[in-house]
Amino acid sequence: MSMVEVSNFIISIIAASTPLLLAASGELVTERSGVLNLGVEGMMLIGAIAGFATAHATGNAYVGVLVAAGAGMLISMVFAVLTLSFFANQIATGLALTIFGHGFAALLGANYVGIAAPVLGKIAIPGLAEIPFLGPILFDQNILIYFSFIMLGGIAWFLRKTHAGLILRAVGDSHDAAHAMGYPVIPIRYGAVAFGGAMAGIAGAYLSLFYSPLWSQDLAAGRGWIALALVVFAAWRPLWLLAGAYLFGGITYLSLFLQGLGVPIPSPLISALPYVGTVVVLVLISRDSRRIRLNQPACLGKYFHAVA
Amino acid sequence: MTTIKRRGFTALLGASALAAPGIMRATRADAPLKVGFVYLGPVGDFGWTYQHDVGRKLAQTALGSEVVTSYVENVPEAPECQAVFESLASSGHDLIFGTSFGYMDYMVRVAGKYPAVKFEHCTGYKRAPNLATYDIRFYQGRYVQGVIAGKLSKAGLAGYVGSVPVPEVVQGMDAFLLGMQSINPKAKLKFVMIDSWYDPGKEGDAAKVLLDQGCDILTQHTDSPAPLQVAASRGIKAFGESTDMISFAPHTQLTADVNEWGGYYTQRMKAVLAKNWTSIDTWGGFEVGMLKMAPFLNMPPDVAALATSTVADISSGKNKIFVGPLTDQTGKVFLPAGQTMDDGTLAGIQTLVAGIEGKLS
Repeated sequence: MSMVEVSNFIISIIAASTPLLLAASGELVTERSGVLNLGVEGMMLIGAIAGFATAHATGNAYVGVLVAAGAGMLISMVFAVLTLSFFANQIATGLALTIFGHGFAALLGANYVGIAAPVLGKIAIPGLAEIPFLGPILFDQNILIYFSFIMLGGIAWFLRKTHAGLILRAVGDSHDAAHAMGYPVIPIRYGAVAFGGAMAGIAGAYLSLFYSPLWSQDLAAGRGWIALALVVFAAWRPLWLLAGAYLFGGITYLSLFLQGLGVPIPSPLISALPYVGTVVVLVLISRDSRRIRLNQPACLGKYFHAVA
Repeated sequence: MTTIKRRGFTALLGASALAAPGIMRATRADAPLKVGFVYLGPVGDFGWTYQHDVGRKLAQTALGSEVVTSYVENVPEAPECQAVFESLASSGHDLIFGTSFGYMDYMVRVAGKYPAVKFEHCTGYKRAPNLATYDIRFYQGRYVQGVIAGKLSKAGLAGYVGSVPVPEVVQGMDAFLLGMQSINPKAKLKFVMIDSWYDPGKEGDAAKVLLDQGCDILTQHTDSPAPLQVAASRGIKAFGESTDMISFAPHTQLTADVNEWGGYYTQRMKAVLAKNWTSIDTWGGFEVGMLKMAPFLNMPPDVAALATSTVADISSGKNKIFVGPLTDQTGKVFLPAGQTMDDGTLAGIQTLVAGIEGKLS
């Protein structure tokens, strides 16, 4: 393979991994606050159609991304109100959100099937994009790819190094203790759910405005579920999440790539391989089950009802 | 026209249980012909199901008040599809079209239970006195694409985004390369199967793989415009699938196979109205208007003229495409010189012709 082919190969893997990373890093923050939102797929689809429709109407893909983030956030608030204020079961409500999001996005998108909208362009960083090999990979990408890295770094820093991050983790690990300390558990969780919703919405816009710039009912194709699984397998740690998302994207792309080179891979295996590969690798790196238990937010999915 | 959405289908089941079939039949003499369609995807998939629905609407327009057509969309190729077929059959539908391969055994069962109702199964091979089958010779369009690719590809290497390695896809790959080799005997074809008929993300990835590996022209046997969009972003020419996708890639799409079901649907409904419907197997292409090519664009006029004349030759039967000598990937002749492959063999073909890189697995 020539240098250009290798760099194209890496660029393709980045493109395939980014939606997973965006959605999963939002969900990671939500779960770290103790809320399990299984509605990622639904929020992605809502974001995808909201972004697509807005970009189509305004002619500006960036406005589309912003509206997608807002739409994801808005729909996540439905989940938050039901689970945090009215104590609905988080798992059931999350599933309902996914099913609702799927249907609602299809309804909203009925008139957008088969039409094109503006596409998110690449932004070359002056000076750096011209670096041979690394330039096109790192410094000539679309804005959401830069954003996915900045957000992941930001989340890692926020959770580990900041006081606010510590409070968020405390809310996730022991809401009673956090409450006793005087921290507003429910508002913090609302914020974390909203952040997760916005990130899922942006992941959806990435799909409909860049990755395969079109609207279709099954655009997310299960990526929301993969993002959810990645959060668990990465043991709620941002850097492992990065590894997991790229591993999944990488294996997906590699299995297609090998097939193109003439390696006979049964096509059903092409579908299964990324899941199997990612699960195996992440289980191996996190085989210390104590670590998973230690990392899992202790209050994940539990009700919090403030008494006194 | 009445529209039955999937969510409405349970209500429909309930209604059909209440309505005694005998009463419904008694009132049917002067009522319009009720025709039901069962779709795999949403009508808005802009591909396979979309084209079937275009056909349904065309037939409805052509026959006006003589027929009432309805459809059920998003019906999976699983046991629940049997309930959908039964509910249509028991609610007074006279003719029911099932438009996906996986409905086959369920349709056979329901057809046995409702001998007075006529069924038609798209892409299947099991027939009964009241169950006909129909399909399009998609490979004819692939051959035309191949001829265009032979003229335009400098590398002599085409990329084929495939779905699953079933005979229809093998016919498509073989026909494409045979067309390409009719211009450039050294032409080769590379393929990637994505194990799905519709997954825009994966289709786009497969397209990137093929372009990264040196293909300089691209075609697809999957339903979304994603491969076309990838080709557009790389400045490569490509072909659309099932429907004219030019709006997604105005400077990229050379042409597209367009499935034209409307004429067939009209004809079959007319046959039921005239009471001369029989269970037949239809495998039609350009010659009967079931397959058309989208306008030949983004290519020099001489190539467009050649493509047009290729369509005419296939249509008139002058070019039968699968004509010997044909050699397989190992160099063995599997169709001797002078012979034309019969439809039975072609329908089940699993042999890749020489020049296709990669193996079926």
